[in-house]
Amino acid sequence: MNMNLTLKIWRQKNASDKGSMVDYKVSDISPDMSFLEMLDVLNEQLINNNEEPVAFDHDCREGICGMCSLYINGEAHGPDRGVTTCQLHMRMFKDGDTITIEPFRATAFPVVKDLIVDRSSFDRIQHAGGFISVNTSGNTIDANAIPVNKHDADTAFEAATCIGCGACVASCKNSSAMLFVGAKVSQFALLPQGQVEATDRVLNMVKQMDEEGFGNCTNTGACEVECPKGISLENIARMNREYLAASLKG
Amino acid sequence: MSGILNSSIGRKFAMALSALFLMVFLLQHFAINLLSVFSADAFNDVSHFMGTFWVIQYVMQPVLIFGVIFHFVMGFVLEIKNKKARTISYAKNNGAANSSWMSRNMIYSGLAILAFICLHFYDFWLPEINTKYIQGDMTGLLANGEYRYFEELQHKFVDIWRVALYCIAFVFLALHLLHGFNSAFQSAGANNKYTKGLKGFGKAYAIIIPLGFIFIALFHHFNH
Repeated sequence: MNMNLTLKIWRQKNASDKGSMVDYKVSDISPDMSFLEMLDVLNEQLINNNEEPVAFDHDCREGICGMCSLYINGEAHGPDRGVTTCQLHMRMFKDGDTITIEPFRATAFPVVKDLIVDRSSFDRIQHAGGFISVNTSGNTIDANAIPVNKHDADTAFEAATCIGCGACVASCKNSSAMLFVGAKVSQFALLPQGQVEATDRVLNMVKQMDEEGFGNCTNTGACEVECPKGISLENIARMNREYLAASLKG
Repeated sequence: MSGILNSSIGRKFAMALSALFLMVFLLQHFAINLLSVFSADAFNDVSHFMGTFWVIQYVMQPVLIFGVIFHFVMGFVLEIKNKKARTISYAKNNGAANSSWMSRNMIYSGLAILAFICLHFYDFWLPEINTKYIQGDMTGLLANGEYRYFEELQHKFVDIWRVALYCIAFVFLALHLLHGFNSAFQSAGANNKYTKGLKGFGKAYAIIIPLGFIFIALFHHFNH
C-alpha cells in the first residue's frame, strides 16, 4: 500500500546560513521506492511549485560509493542495518509516519547546503598516509608474488570495504572518526606491502584526524552498528596498537 | 613518544591505563572489605597493616590519589573536547538504537562516583588522616586496647541513609564498569581473536564487585 508521509527536513541555504527544520508532505509513496527516490518525488513537487529543491548528496545509488549520507529518524542512513541511504527502502516506514531528515552533524563535516556536508576532512586524512608508495612505471611487482596469510588477507579486505561515507562520525556521540581511520590504517597494517610506511602512516593519519576536529572515541560501538559495511571495532583497537607502537618507535 | 598525551589515542590510552589501575585497586579494596564479613580480627590486622606500612602509605596511596584525580580530570577534558566536535545537536537522535545507555552516559555515572568518593573520603579517609598524621596516633587502638578499624566500619553503617547512599553509588559504579571495563581494554588495543573471553569477564566483574560492596554495607547495617 502506498504511503502518505510528513517529512521534517533540515533546510540551510548555504554554509553561513543558520538553517532550520521545515515540514513537507509527500503522498502516494511506494514501499518499493528507495529513500532517495522518495526525496526525488519531493523535489519534483517542490520544483513544480517553484520552490527550491532539497539538496542532498548521491552518486551510484548502489550502496558502494559512500556519497549519500542523511541522518534519518535519529540514525545515520536510517533505521535499516548494513545499508546506505540509497539502499534504504520505504518499506521500512509506515503510512502516516513523520520522518526527520538531517545532515550528518560534526564540526569536521560542515554543512554546505541543506543535507549536503563537506566530508573532505576524510580526504585529507587519506592524503596524510592512507596509501602505499609503489613504483608503477612498468616495474610493478605482482601483488600475488608475496604470500599473505588468508586470515590477514580477509581481514584487510574487510577493512578495505569502508566506503568513507562518514556514518561512523555521524552516529558517534563524540563525532569521532576512529572507525574510518582504523579501517584505513588496518587495510595496510595487515599486509606486507603496508609495512614499509606503517609507522609514519598511523602517526600522520591520526595527527590529521585530530587536526580536523573529530572527537575522541569512547567505545560506545554506535559506529560499528551503523556502518553500512559492517566495519568492526577491532580496527580501532588495531589502530590503537599501531599508534602506540609507532609512538614508542618515533 | 613525545607529545603522546596531545593525541586522541594517547589520551584514550592514558585514560584506559588509569582505569585498569583503579579496577585493580577496587578488587583489593573489595577483598579487604569482604574480610570484615568473615572475621573482625583479620579485617583489623589487614587494615592496620594497610594503614601503617610505609610503602602503602607513602608510595601506593599518592599513586592511587593521582590515579583517581587523573581519571576524572581526563574524563572532563575528553567530554569537553568531544562536545566541541559537534556544536549543533541533532533534532532527533536515537542513541539507544546503536549503543548502550552506560556507554553514552559515562560522564554522569562518573560524576555520581566522584560524589561518592567525596562522601567516602569524608567518612573514612579524612578521619584516618586526622588520627594518624594530625593527632599522631599510629597505634590503631581504642581506649580498651582493641583495634579500632572494625568498630569504626560498623559505626559508619548504622545510619540507613548512609547505607542507602552507598548502595546507590555502587549501582552507578556497576553501570560505569559495565562499559568501562571492556572500553579500557579496547582503548589499550586489546580487541582481537585472543580477547573474546574478556567481555564476559568484564561484565561479571562489573556486576559482582559492586554487588559485593552493597552486600558488605547491608551486612554491617543489619549486624552492628
